[in-house]
Parts: sequence; structure tokens; C-alpha cells
Amino acid sequence: MQAEITKTPAAPAINARQASRWSLLKRDLYLSRHYYVLMAPFMLIFFLFTVIPVGLSLGLSFFHFNMLELPRFVGWQNYSRLFLNDDVFLIALKNTLLFAVITGPVSYIACFLFAWIINELSPKIRAIMTLVFYAPSISGNVFFIWLIIFSGDSYGYMNGFLMRLGVILEPILWLANEKYVLAIVILVQLWLSLGTSFLAFIAGLQTIDRSLVEAGTVDGIKNRWQELWYITLPSMRPQLMFGAVMQITASFAVAEISIALAGFPSVNYAAHTVVTHLMDYGTIRFEMGYASAIATVLFAMMLGTNILTQKMLRKIGE
Amino acid sequence: MTSKVRAVFGMSRKLNRSFTVSLMLFALLALFGSFMVLPLIYTVNNAFKPLDELFIFPPRFWVNNPTTENFADLINLMGNSWVPLTRYIANTLIITLLGTAGHILLASAAAYPLAKYRFPGSKVLFTIVILSLMFSPHVTAIPNYMVMSWLGWINTHASIIVPSLAFSLGLFLMKQFMEQIPDALLEAAKIDGANEYRIFWSIVMPNVKPAWLTLMILQFPALWGTDGGSFIYSENLKTLHYALSQIIQGGIARAGVGAAVALLLMIVPIVLFIISQSSVMQTMATSGMKE
Repeated sequence: MQAEITKTPAAPAINARQASRWSLLKRDLYLSRHYYVLMAPFMLIFFLFTVIPVGLSLGLSFFHFNMLELPRFVGWQNYSRLFLNDDVFLIALKNTLLFAVITGPVSYIACFLFAWIINELSPKIRAIMTLVFYAPSISGNVFFIWLIIFSGDSYGYMNGFLMRLGVILEPILWLANEKYVLAIVILVQLWLSLGTSFLAFIAGLQTIDRSLVEAGTVDGIKNRWQELWYITLPSMRPQLMFGAVMQITASFAVAEISIALAGFPSVNYAAHTVVTHLMDYGTIRFEMGYASAIATVLFAMMLGTNILTQKMLRKIGE
Repeated sequence: MTSKVRAVFGMSRKLNRSFTVSLMLFALLALFGSFMVLPLIYTVNNAFKPLDELFIFPPRFWVNNPTTENFADLINLMGNSWVPLTRYIANTLIITLLGTAGHILLASAAAYPLAKYRFPGSKVLFTIVILSLMFSPHVTAIPNYMVMSWLGWINTHASIIVPSLAFSLGLFLMKQFMEQIPDALLEAAKIDGANEYRIFWSIVMPNVKPAWLTLMILQFPALWGTDGGSFIYSENLKTLHYALSQIIQGGIARAGVGAAVALLLMIVPIVLFIISQSSVMQTMATSGMKE
């Protein structure tokens, strides 16, 4: 084959190579036809409801569109309005970034820290503690019980508790006060945030090779902190990557909790997030083009942070 | 004494451990553990409180005279509403069962070729799946609504079931888990004359049962807790969660029933997780992402 190509003139050689590449691809495609059939149903739905909508959202963000009239091209106008003329969006952006820098890292570290401590327990207690920490995130929408705890009258548990202690004399309207509402949403978000990545960490910790730890001890590892940095964390890098993706995405997407606790819209938009802003324009005002611009900004933020974090995580244990 | 404590906490097996630090870490665990679990215990307690205890001042955490009155009230209340409770339950069951079973089947079918073979496009497709883990469904909510309305699926259960079938986290976890299946097993089947579909169905699927349960525990609570979102408007298509959240919003008059509802909503996914915990852990161990 190699000899043949060197003999023939240049141009036909490329043609021949291209042709053979095409026929190779064709053969590959034919040989893998069963794989495409197996993947088809999932991929069809996945493209229809995930991939195409992302593209559509990107495109639509340059249009004025209200579902009734035909879309009208407006260029960057939606984006300039978003960043220059929309004060509420700036509040939403600030809150979302707050969630991203507070709940993101805190819940990520908490996921790992608790998984790491739990890993030392005997299997039965480990299973119970796993349930204790994981239960809030799967218990459906029971976060409304926090409404009772932070209820604004004296029947609210927080008010009742603080009044009995004598810290406050009158009940505080926790969820209708700009000063407290964001902090409460952050607290509840943290309560709910030990999800899939927490499980991944516990499972990952159990797969660490014990002989690595023993070898480390021989090499002079003295305490659990050194073991953590030099052996545990590097062995868990794949799970840490996965966990980071899950936690970052969740911390940017806070909306349901804010709506359930603080209302929609919240007092003076104190607990407004990018997603609630998106809901506002998408499902209430039907300004689809503008909502798409919000979605595109959110998409860029989530993706950008994820990629950046993954780059940082590669440095662990080095 | 200490040796007994060590045994309970499983510390005696480990190297490099200082006992004091262990105790401090476990105290930390206990502290945050109670923060996590107290609201849930409170929910359970609340559901069994008689009305006078629900409105006691100062509020009390534990129930004194447990009663099942709240559940009886719930059944009465639902029986009187013009769309009977059974309709809501049936709707939720349709959505949850079809959505979960379909997702497990479609995600497994798509994960098998991605886990075990290289073919044109396989890398690109998997990269797209990984990328889609990095943003939440909120991003695509608006165009999704438009796609739904073009398909004419607004106000049908399909608008909730079909998108949930292609949930990319499920495909990702399933693919990672399937990579563990030994190639020799698949080759042996091939030599015996089985085609790809046969291999998938009779060799791969039985071998990934732990992953089925994991996909179930991820998908089930989401569908069980769905209120129909912005897609379902007809009263007789609405879900149990929607009906129950209406009751909760009923306020003080329905506080007892609301507490019962909260317990019902939370108990199903938790019981499901207790049953499937060890399988879920087995799957999660393979959940890592390579760089």
C-alpha cells in the first residue's frame, strides 16, 4: 500500500487516499450500524430536548419574539438591555454569583468532608449516616417545612426558639425581610445540596486501594491529613471531577427553593436569581428572545465555571 | 472503653489515626448530621400531631399524643374534591413508571455501544453528553416549550415523560458502569452467534442491575415530585404532587393535612433509597470522570 502511493503522481494519490478514507468510513458506519440503532432512541430525544434547544436558545437570543408575532432580528440588543438597562438582572446576577461562590464550594467541600469521615465508620453506621446526609436531597419538595421553621409569626420555630431564649422580643418576618431572606435560601440550599456527588465520594473512597495507604505509611506518611493530600485525594480525582460538575451546575441553578421560601418575586428581589429572572421573562412576560439571552448567559457561566474548576482540580495532590 | 468505641467506629483497622482527632471529626459529623435530619424527623412528628399540638405556643418538636387523624382528614378532603384522588395518583404513577422504566431502557441501550465500542461519532456524542451535564435544564426551558408546542404535546403526559427518558446523567453513569463488564464475556457471546441486540439484552442488561437501581433512584424522585411544570393545565391530567401542594397552600386551616402530605411526599423516595443503597454505591464507585 505504502509503495503504491509513492509510485503514483501526487494528485491521484490524495484522491485515492480520500477515496479509501471514505470507503473505510463507509465500512465503519456499516459495521457499527447496530450501535447506531441501539443509540437512536435516546439520542433522538436527547438532541430534540437538549442539544437543539441550546442552539435554538443561542439563536433566539438575537431576536425579539413573543410567541405571537414572527421573530424580529435585533442583534445584540437583548444582551445590551440585559447588562445595561435591567437593574433586576444585575441583582439576580449578583445573587447567583453569591450562590455560586458560597453554596458551590461549601457544599462541595461538605460533600467530601462528610463522605471522608463517614468512610471511617463501620459499614452499618456508614449506611445510616449516608442516608441521613442524602435524604434531604431526595425527599421531594419537603423543603417547605423550612417555611414553618422560619414562619413570620410566633408559631414559627425560629421565632419561638429565639423568643424563649430572650434573644428577640417580637417575632421576625424572616422571609419578608431583605436582610435575612437570602441567607435563609442559602442555608436551605446547603441543606439540600448533598446529592449525587456525595454518593460518588463515599463510593469513591471505598474503592481506594488499601495497599497504597500501607505503602504510604512505609514512605513516611504520619497522619490522616498527609494521607488525605498525598493518597486519598489523588486516587479520587475522577470522582472529584464528577462531583464538581454536579455541584457547580446545581449552585448556578437555584430557583425552586428561592420561589418556595421567598416568593416570586421576592421582597425587593432580595432572593432573585438568574433562573427566576429567566422564568419571569419566559413564562410570565413571554419575551422569548430576551429570556433566551438570559438562558445563554446562564449557559456560558455554568460551562465556563465547570471548565475552569476542572483545570484547577487537576492540580490536586501535586 | 475506648477500644470498644474504636471497634464501633471501625477505627481499629486504620493506620495513621489519632484518637482525639477522630472524636472531633465524629462530633462534627454528629452536629451536621442532626442539622440534616432534624427537619425530616420534625416532618414525621408533625404528621402525627393533633390540631391543638400543631398550634401550641411555644412550638414543640416532638409529638405528645400521636394520632392518625391527619391522614383520615386527607383522604376525606381528597374524596370531596371534584377530581378524585385516584386520578391524581394514577397520573403520577403513569408518569413515574413510564418515565423511569423508559429511561433505564433507553439509557442502557445508548450506553452499551458507547461503553464498549469505538465507532465513527462515538467520541463526539459522549463529549456532548458530558457537556450537557455541565448545565441545568433551566437553560433549555424556553426552547423546550416551543418544541413541545410544535409537537402538540402541551397538556399531555408525554411532555413530561418523553424528555425525562433522555436524562444525560443516567446515560453517563450507565456508560461508566458498563465499562466494567469484561470484554471476554461479550466476545464469547459473539462466538456463540448472538447478535448485538441479543448481547445487549441477555448479557449486558442482567449484568448492570445495580446501575438500573441507581438510575431509578435518580429519576424516580424527580418524576414523583413533578407538578407538571408549565406543560400541564387540565385538572384531570395533574399530578399528586400538584394536588398536595395545593393543600399545603391552603394555610392554617389545613395545617394537619399539610403535614400528612409532606410525610407522604418524602417517605416514598427515601424508602426507595434505603432499599437500593448498596447497588447505588456500587454504581457510584464508577462515576468518575477522566481528565
